[in-house]
Amino acid sequence: MTHADEDPAVHILWMNGGLGCDGDSVALTAATQPSIEEIVLGALPGLPKVAVHWPLIDFECGPEQGADTFIEWWHKADRGELDPFVLVVEGSIPNEAIKSEGYWCGFGNNPATGQPMTTSEWLDRLAPKATAILAVGTCATYGGIHAMAGNPTGAMGVPDYLGWDWTSKAGLPIVCVPGCPIHPDNLSETILYLLYQVAGQAPMIPLDEALRPRWLFEATVHQGCDRAGYYEEGTFASEYGTPECLVKLGCWGPVVKCNVPKRGWINGVGGCPNVGGICIACTMPGFPDKFMPFMDEPPGARVSTSASGAYGTVIRTLRGFTQRTADKEPKWRVKGSQLRTGYQKTW
Amino acid sequence: MTATDKGPARASAKDTELTEMAWDPITRIVGSLGIYTKIDFKAKRVAECHSTSSIFRGYSIFMKGKDPRDAHFITSRICGICGDNHATCSVYNQNMAYGVRPPHLGEWIINLGEAAEYMFDHNIFQENLVGVDFCEKMVGETNPGVLERANATEAPHAAEHGYRTIGDIMRSLNPLEGEFYREALQVSRSTREMFCLMEGRHVHPSTLYPGGVGTVATVQLFTDYLTRLMRYVEFMKRVVPMHDDLFDFFYEALPGYEEVGRRRVLLGCWGSLNNPEYCDFTYRNMADWGRKMFVTPGVVVDGKLVTTSLLDINLGIRILLGHSFYEDWEDQEMFVTHDPLGNPVDRRHPWNQHTIPRPAKRDFDDKYSWTMSPRWFDGKDYLPLDTGGGPIARLWATALAGLVDCGYVKSTGHSVQINLPRTVSRPAVTFEWKPPADKEGKPLSNAIERDRARTYFQAYAAACALYFTEQALAEVRAGRTKTWESFKVPDESVSCGFTEAVRGVLSHHMVVRGGKIANYHPYPPTPWNGSVRDVYGTPGPYEDAVQNTPIFEENPPERFKGIDIMRAVRSFDPCLPCGVHMYLGGGRVLNTAHSPTGVTLAI
Repeated sequence: MTHADEDPAVHILWMNGGLGCDGDSVALTAATQPSIEEIVLGALPGLPKVAVHWPLIDFECGPEQGADTFIEWWHKADRGELDPFVLVVEGSIPNEAIKSEGYWCGFGNNPATGQPMTTSEWLDRLAPKATAILAVGTCATYGGIHAMAGNPTGAMGVPDYLGWDWTSKAGLPIVCVPGCPIHPDNLSETILYLLYQVAGQAPMIPLDEALRPRWLFEATVHQGCDRAGYYEEGTFASEYGTPECLVKLGCWGPVVKCNVPKRGWINGVGGCPNVGGICIACTMPGFPDKFMPFMDEPPGARVSTSASGAYGTVIRTLRGFTQRTADKEPKWRVKGSQLRTGYQKTW
Repeated sequence: MTATDKGPARASAKDTELTEMAWDPITRIVGSLGIYTKIDFKAKRVAECHSTSSIFRGYSIFMKGKDPRDAHFITSRICGICGDNHATCSVYNQNMAYGVRPPHLGEWIINLGEAAEYMFDHNIFQENLVGVDFCEKMVGETNPGVLERANATEAPHAAEHGYRTIGDIMRSLNPLEGEFYREALQVSRSTREMFCLMEGRHVHPSTLYPGGVGTVATVQLFTDYLTRLMRYVEFMKRVVPMHDDLFDFFYEALPGYEEVGRRRVLLGCWGSLNNPEYCDFTYRNMADWGRKMFVTPGVVVDGKLVTTSLLDINLGIRILLGHSFYEDWEDQEMFVTHDPLGNPVDRRHPWNQHTIPRPAKRDFDDKYSWTMSPRWFDGKDYLPLDTGGGPIARLWATALAGLVDCGYVKSTGHSVQINLPRTVSRPAVTFEWKPPADKEGKPLSNAIERDRARTYFQAYAAACALYFTEQALAEVRAGRTKTWESFKVPDESVSCGFTEAVRGVLSHHMVVRGGKIANYHPYPPTPWNGSVRDVYGTPGPYEDAVQNTPIFEENPPERFKGIDIMRAVRSFDPCLPCGVHMYLGGGRVLNTAHSPTGVTLAI
């Protein structure tokens, strides 16, 4: 996907060959701030030209030894012929060392063996050459669902595989944008930031200790949830489908770093606890095991909900008084020949 | 009697010169699939095809021992474009296990969410993934003569869609530059907004639960949905005639194109969009409430409807091995010997399946894929059913069953009528989908008809959604706003869920013991379509369809793209990360002294 025939300044190589579901690729097509077509068509000022090599919607699908070979871009990068490039990884990295033969996942073939080239081998080959590595989705960042207890593949995230203190040849740490799937605009915004940084127009991307962009993942779900008012007043839903706070029904929002309730899911529509869906902590390194069973009340919530239940009752009563006053208009708004607003008539 | 030999006889040429070609990973699909072929360039045909999936995650393994209430959250992650179908199928499955029947409104909300998923997914796949195979840039690079003709061909329905020539339609589909391509991307966003109104977020829902939904049902919710829906209805009034024009043109410009991606009509549809008036989620009544779905379940063999019973469908499912990276489970315990009605359950049924991975080198003569070989046993044969990407099977089963009639959609017993009401700038329109036939009148399941059905089904889903919105609003106006019903998880249960994912048949089978998941096996459509040769040597649907495909592309081998093969594969809307890589020029040429791997099947 490139909008010009001249050599683009930055290549984006998107590898969806990890243990994943392509949900993050699909999510990116929903982004509007900016949209993928705006990034590719250079619709924002100061963007470098980009060529996105993205399995999901790539035009190219052709022969390995012929024209329009999609996988050839990866081989070019491997041979050092692509610079700069950003490697995007989707899906978790299985442990290929725990078995004697075969592959848990592959992306294209290894020309030397004719067998699938494993995702971890691509990482080994391309990591030293990449300007930046972007791990998208909770699988690629921390292992995610496929790294659940009892899994057969020994799956892990990109930082677990390359090392948490890994930096690219350009000095960038692994950039992690978690979410299951990733919030569309969180991803396109991070890509945008990296492109500005690669073009020398933005400083080092500010990341937290889990390598997440700070401006997107600093606040908790609860801090941005419009049901937090119910929490404060000690009003908790006892069944799904009602508008109150869901914390007693399994919502982990108070301890999860994610901006979805604040941002909505797509163009401000949808979300999780703000629209009746318990937060299952899908952006967190501890996901999913530390939050299951999802529909049980988080153990830590019991203490805080009892506290808020106690003072919330008092608060609710006091607010009730104020509300009744606020619900009445001032008495001077009436029909009749008298003006009662306090103005001294001059006629 | 449903014989399992394939349609056209294969050439058994001796000393054929075949070129090996492989596409891996295939772009513009979802998931992980490789297509490995041997092509006879002299005869312009594909002699042999193997499909392979190179990703294994192991859901059935790591779900064991987990709380069954987690199942829909977990299984949604199976797929990044239709995960909500899994979540839905799983809550259906859990409803059966827990004996809970959600309030009607909760079910209408799920139907509205799932209808939006169809509208979104078919739209983005058809226009932004498949459409590229038919765009001006691609056709210009593969069949310049066809493009020239397209530029000179007036579009019969130009008045409805606004494109004067077929060439104009093709240009509008060019990636990014094409005006319709960009419009479709925007439509994929507004339809996802509709989806999120009902199910919270896309693609992994946040508001679905066993027992109903967490969505707060207000007048605003349905108003926000309905206004977007009517814009989509208006959009479809342009898109259906536009794609009819485009697809009809291919038949005309390339005589014989009917054979691309053609295989015998062996279609499965597990039914979707429940009617809450009838659906109580009991296994006992499953055949009855299955027939009340707004897409009728059914198996279509050679153009005839074999069954509409979800009970028959369930009991007929068999999971075969043969060429997959797994050990057999013949010596493992049986979880379910009889279904809740006392019918015997086969050892190879998903209820009794054990997933035992055995990673190995890929060897096309032996083990070569992480997919298994689901088949449907009709009492005689193990049929390699396909879904044709979903829509063609759904429309075919629904058309023949003659059961659906909600005004906006009506099955006539030989077709499906879709009635779209007046919109802001267009009058009411009726579209009718009829089961396709070739020039000799034989039932036709091929690449073009799979793609055409996809467009018609977008209109079908929109029409159904209009009815669901009316029903849901009636509940809200009557004050019945409860969307969820409480339940208890039993210690022991056996359950199943059936629905139609976007790409076709979807089943979830669960066994609960001691209040925990003892066995859980989801079967999405792609394991059927992308299945591999089974123990009897029967190829899977992609393999079968590609092996039948003639080559129309004008390029010589060194510039060959394999567009006809790609159209055949993509018509199934594959849902595996996959690709195509070809050995050409520098690739290997095989001088075979025998005919290619056979397709005559052991019965």
